Amino acid sequence: MIQLRAALDWLADGQNWTGAHGAGVLVWQHLWYSLLAVAIAAAVAIPVGWWVGHTRRGRGLAVGVTGAARALPTLGLVTLLGLMLGVGLQAPILALVVLAIPSVLAGAYSSLEAVDPQVVDGARASGMSELQVLSKVEVPLGMPVLVGGLRSAMLQVIATATLAAYVGGGGLGRLLFLGLKTQRYDLMLAASLLVIALALASEVVFTLLQQLLTPVSARR
Amino acid sequence: MWQGGDTPGEDLAVITFEHVAKSYPDGTRAVEDFSAEVPVGSTTVLVGSSGCGKTTLLRMVNRMVQPSSGRVLLDGRDVASQDPVTLRRGIGYVMQSGGLLPHRRVLDNIATVPLLEGVSKKDAHGRALELMDLVGLDRSMARRYPHQLSGGQQQRVGVARALAADPAVLLMDEPFAAVDPLVRRDLQQWLLGLQGELGKTVLFITHDIAEALLLGDQILILAPGAQVAQRGTGEEILAQPANDFVRDFVGLAAGERVLHPSGSGDRTVLLDAQGRAVGVLGEPGQHR
Amino acid sequence: MSWTLDNLDVIGQLLGRHLLLSLPPIVLSLLLAIPLAWVATRVRVLRAMLVGGSALLYAIPSLPLFVILPLVLGTGIRSQWNIIVALTLYGVALMLPATVDALAQVNPRVLDAAQAMGYPSLSRFLAVELPLAGPTMLAGLRVVAVSTVSLVTVGAVLGVPSLGSLFTDGFQRGITEEIVVGLVLTMLLALVLDLLIAHLGRLLLPWSRPLRRGAVGQGAP
Repeated sequence: MIQLRAALDWLADGQNWTGAHGAGVLVWQHLWYSLLAVAIAAAVAIPVGWWVGHTRRGRGLAVGVTGAARALPTLGLVTLLGLMLGVGLQAPILALVVLAIPSVLAGAYSSLEAVDPQVVDGARASGMSELQVLSKVEVPLGMPVLVGGLRSAMLQVIATATLAAYVGGGGLGRLLFLGLKTQRYDLMLAASLLVIALALASEVVFTLLQQLLTPVSARR
Repeated sequence: MWQGGDTPGEDLAVITFEHVAKSYPDGTRAVEDFSAEVPVGSTTVLVGSSGCGKTTLLRMVNRMVQPSSGRVLLDGRDVASQDPVTLRRGIGYVMQSGGLLPHRRVLDNIATVPLLEGVSKKDAHGRALELMDLVGLDRSMARRYPHQLSGGQQQRVGVARALAADPAVLLMDEPFAAVDPLVRRDLQQWLLGLQGELGKTVLFITHDIAEALLLGDQILILAPGAQVAQRGTGEEILAQPANDFVRDFVGLAAGERVLHPSGSGDRTVLLDAQGRAVGVLGEPGQHR
Repeated sequence: MSWTLDNLDVIGQLLGRHLLLSLPPIVLSLLLAIPLAWVATRVRVLRAMLVGGSALLYAIPSLPLFVILPLVLGTGIRSQWNIIVALTLYGVALMLPATVDALAQVNPRVLDAAQAMGYPSLSRFLAVELPLAGPTMLAGLRVVAVSTVSLVTVGAVLGVPSLGSLFTDGFQRGITEEIVVGLVLTMLLALVLDLLIAHLGRLLLPWSRPLRRGAVGQGAP
């Protein structure tokens, strides 16, 4: 518990938050990597997921990719890309994008599958074009599920971003590995608490977003 | 096999309901004030629309439901004073769509209660095979799982299971409601034959008046709240419906059950409400 | 292939260690989830707490959890117990909601019938409810197995040896082949455990196998 006290003291000390390698910059980097990676993953995976969900084509492949991704060790991907692309931002960001894609993809296609087929049928029967069915019915009604996919992608990415420092990236992992190298357990603990805080904050934000996007008719 | 009680009508009640009532915390009163006797070795049918409280009454007998007031006696003993687990093992219970254990083979399903009672697997299975013969199931089905049987076969397994511990009393909760009409007719005829052979005391629940008339030695027509609109034999109920509710329920009001004699030729032809011929009038005393 | 062939014994050792770190969390998460789910399905307040707690626990990233656990357990930062306990916690966080759902899906009519036949409440749970929840629980356990095998590798950055050590060592020494071998073996191990559990499940839950065509409804109705 002395260690926990030391970690909290470290966090409470304003000096540790400023400067080029201060906690403030590291938190900001961590968040920035994560948001960037999820944004890129979303730009790639959401259209594909919507296409799969709307046409029901390639569903088996999408499910397979999502399942296989669970078995992919994140550290292996980060180190492999780090070695191939060299030290810097490229490798960790690419790794994070690759890790975020399956969750976003699953969220996108299952968001359309979650929509009551009778509703879709009704929209089509009332004369909507396929694009209108997608944009006016399926996408808005499936929005909470899609946000759920983004939520788990974000969680996964915030966790893995900690490993980015292992291959030369920044973020809170830098503090953690610094602590490991210099045998400063309080630093490791402080970094860990900050990552956990980020993860929980992301959960809270996405939960609120999900509630906000649930159609009024579906709210309990 | 238990063979007692060949004398229905002898006033020896096996199941007695004494002013039982059941109300739930939310204020619904499933059963208002119900009294009845189920005589030994005969079939008593409780018939009524869904929600009239008939299932609640049935489940009071094996303590699946506790009455709010009143008592249920089994062989003169208040069931409330008996251990529910022991009580239930001594009463056969057949429910709609079988309620078979989906993860047990047919043979193990039938042997459930003997196995629970600690009968050896060999004896329990031997007895289960005999029961399969009794209920008309081919022994080749013994190793199947319930979902590999048709609905009618599943009901036969359900009856065999209820008979496995050789109980004197059988509770049947709409056992044939979920099978299609043709199979249902087969099963009803089969049950009549089986009951003629075994002479169990049966309390049978249904919403189908035709089924009640076919199977019941005694019929109780229930209005909501399990209020007895009329009790008697099928003949008595059709001959003298007690009130409009009964007349409506048995289909006399709409004329469904009314047959008109048409005297052309040497036999009297009976016509239904739409004037279709449904049969001829037999000689007096010829029935059954 | 030269690196691989020169280091077969090291790879074998790391594979063994990886397995020893993976198996306890998988088995323990199943064993712990059952009594917890039993409680959760019977006490409404606890259900909300346990399921909510699982979601919260699952939101905590693995590396920070590995770092925090020594504080609670009194272990060193490089102790394998941190990994085993952390992954057991994740496993329970996955298995508990899965088991609660699985129990909720059991047909109430079957439970009712079991009670009417005179099953005492505990044996009804063990002999009827739990086996019927089995197939859904099995799906949950397969997810636990795959993600556990994957997460074990993260411990390597703290110095807990596993197939993950091939990633850290390969990265530091610049041997791509070493990392690729680690990736392939980790995913293979996950696949093997996944199939093994699926197969074991089919053995233990034979009735859940798809039925033979044409077997339904022969003979008397």
